[in-house]
Amino acid sequence: MKHTLSVLVQNKPGVLARTAGLFSRRGYNIESLTVGVTENENVSRMTIVVTGDDTVVEQVTKQLNKLIEVIKVSDLTKESYVDRELVLIKVTADGSNRGEIMQLVDVFRARIVDVAAKSLIVEVTGDEEKIVALIAMLKQFGIKEIVRTGTLALGRGPKVIQSGKD
Amino acid sequence: MNLTGAKALIKSLEYEHVDTIFGIPGGVVIPIYDELYQQDAITHYLVRHEQAAAHAADGYARATGKVGVCMATSGPGATNLVTGIATAYMDSVPMIAITGQVTTDLIGNDAFQEANITGITQPVTKHNYLLHDASEIPQTIKEAFHIASTGRPGPVLIDIPKDVQTMTAPFDYPKKVHLPGYQPTYEGHPGQIKRAAKAISEAHRPVIYVGGGVKISGASEEVRALAETILAPVTMTLMGMGTMPADHPLSLGMLGMHGTRYANYAVTESDLIIAIGARFDDRVTGKIASFAPNAKIIHIDIDPAEIGKNVRVDIPIVGDVKRVLQKLMPMLKQTRTKEWMEKVHTWKREYPLEFEVTGLRPQYVVREISRLCPDAVVCTEVGQHQMWAAQYFSHRHPRNFISSGGLGTMGYGFPASIGAKIGRPDETVFDLAGDGSFTMNCQELATAVAYDVQVKVAIFNNGYLGMVRQWQELFYDRRYSQTKLSEINFVKLADAFGAHGIRVDSASEVAPAIKEALAVPKPVIIDFRIEPEECVWPMVPAGAALNEIIDAKSGKV
Ligand SMILES: Cc1ncc(C[n+]2csc(CCOP(=O)(O)OP(=O)(O)O)c2C)c(N)n1
Ligand SMILES: [Mg+2]
Repeated sequence: MKHTLSVLVQNKPGVLARTAGLFSRRGYNIESLTVGVTENENVSRMTIVVTGDDTVVEQVTKQLNKLIEVIKVSDLTKESYVDRELVLIKVTADGSNRGEIMQLVDVFRARIVDVAAKSLIVEVTGDEEKIVALIAMLKQFGIKEIVRTGTLALGRGPKVIQSGKD
Repeated sequence: MNLTGAKALIKSLEYEHVDTIFGIPGGVVIPIYDELYQQDAITHYLVRHEQAAAHAADGYARATGKVGVCMATSGPGATNLVTGIATAYMDSVPMIAITGQVTTDLIGNDAFQEANITGITQPVTKHNYLLHDASEIPQTIKEAFHIASTGRPGPVLIDIPKDVQTMTAPFDYPKKVHLPGYQPTYEGHPGQIKRAAKAISEAHRPVIYVGGGVKISGASEEVRALAETILAPVTMTLMGMGTMPADHPLSLGMLGMHGTRYANYAVTESDLIIAIGARFDDRVTGKIASFAPNAKIIHIDIDPAEIGKNVRVDIPIVGDVKRVLQKLMPMLKQTRTKEWMEKVHTWKREYPLEFEVTGLRPQYVVREISRLCPDAVVCTEVGQHQMWAAQYFSHRHPRNFISSGGLGTMGYGFPASIGAKIGRPDETVFDLAGDGSFTMNCQELATAVAYDVQVKVAIFNNGYLGMVRQWQELFYDRRYSQTKLSEINFVKLADAFGAHGIRVDSASEVAPAIKEALAVPKPVIIDFRIEPEECVWPMVPAGAALNEIIDAKSGKV
């Protein structure tokens, strides 16, 4: 099963390497990992999507917590949360099918951000379900390239995950 | 006050009460060595290989409970430390490793003697630092010692570029650390402790299983009190040996692959395992599915990540084992374990550790060392002799058995014994060594002689990489591939370094040789020419269940 972990870390050089190293060393599977600074410039937030059963995810969480620079680890999967990913997809397109693609893009509330004679680039933001669906639909036209940001996530509602130990 | 980075480092180490460092200088640490030269609060021991510096710092730490410190130059100096750092990491030893690094402007350029040592040691340190400015030094040292010595201890490496050592910065030693992501749990959860007390009161066949965490926490007294209160037998891992005196009626000695039959039987038949400061290593549990199949498991450990890692745990208690046991004790009553204790004692009578008496037997040598120096600090290398040392020495003190358990590092024992002896100069320190392991760091004879560190080395000379040979004998049809060792004249070797050497060929020479070693005021090597093909018994083959035990009768092919 997939788990989405939200990890607050001290914003210091080497933190990303340490975290990524932990996953490879212990043989955990990372689906995606994103990192960026938070409302507090000394703290970064990583969103890590891992696959594994509950014991694996428990170990991942505990091992992450052992890293000195990791301030807090929350498993968002346990609550209700919003997740988003941004994806750019370069699709084969010419005069014959451009219209069809544009319609599809509209339905998904995606955007076309580049048009060339033989291709166009679709930008889509959404949760995993939406992205999987759009990619599946675009396949018939021929996908040349895909780039994805990886998942970002925040828990719903007023509750916040703060760098509480700070 | 403005200080150079090098001076700030030495000052900071003084603030941390460091008086002993093991190391070797090199190009990029000359500024630090220059500062060491101009002070006398810290004694630096020049070793002959950086691996030995790390092991000596580790032995010093294990023997004293203080933080051990080692130092090396960049590149090869730093990489030579790695085995020693990994050894300390696996056995949770508080250690600080200080390495020099090429100047900051050269980092990343494959400069002369550059190695990315923070990258290399990331998986084998509790934490590490690469400094960029001299102003970071006081805070970093403060943090590093705090991290190394608190919670579950471990090694911390600090990499200091040469220009950081020479630039100046204001020096003000901090009083506090600010580590929002590092707050070890010391107090066990009261609800869980209550549940543990209840489980203990309901148990009929409890076994206390003790690991190295008990020594680290200084909780041997508490474990003993627990055992005596609830009348439960105590078995120890290699790291836990000495927690319960070997001659205590409740002691079952070591469990696991080369554990006693009675310890392994007791664990297998137990209905409640109380695991304290232990981590259910595969050498201890045997086949995990058959480990204590009918038991509930209480697991007390300061590291939450150890709980549930290898076995399912019924009652986890995260905390410092000493504090947890102190909270638990008042809730306990005498239990209904009379029948169980009888059964355990029957096993002890029926299956004692046994060995042959013809020729020169290693077990006999260990027994004699134990008899003649019962209070010695015993370090070991890795192999058969290590197991004999664990089995046949009558361990009585928690900090007197020093062995590389987790990593199993050959070459550890001798430098560790030098560190231990420096930490506890008034005590007899022995390294029980294999002929293979000893030669991995025998250059340290020079260090022992130079500083007159009078360690005594007992080499169990079987002419083999004996532990591997044993596996080849038992499981590979006696194909002794690359395990026969060529002959070394250890007496001459000792002599060449200015130490004292003794050769022993027969059982009758054992006691006189040990007495001579103790009497000679020098580092001493005793070359015990033991039975070459002796095996360690009993044995639970890798992957077998703890009660699937082979011994000299059943095991020989
Ligand atoms: C550095 C290192 N290399 C290899 C091994 C694998 N190994 C484990 S025990 C052993 C044999 C040790 O021989 P010796 O020191 O003579 O001890 P004995 O088993 O003969 O008592 C070997 C090679 C190891 N543990 N450590
Ligand atoms: Mg040998």
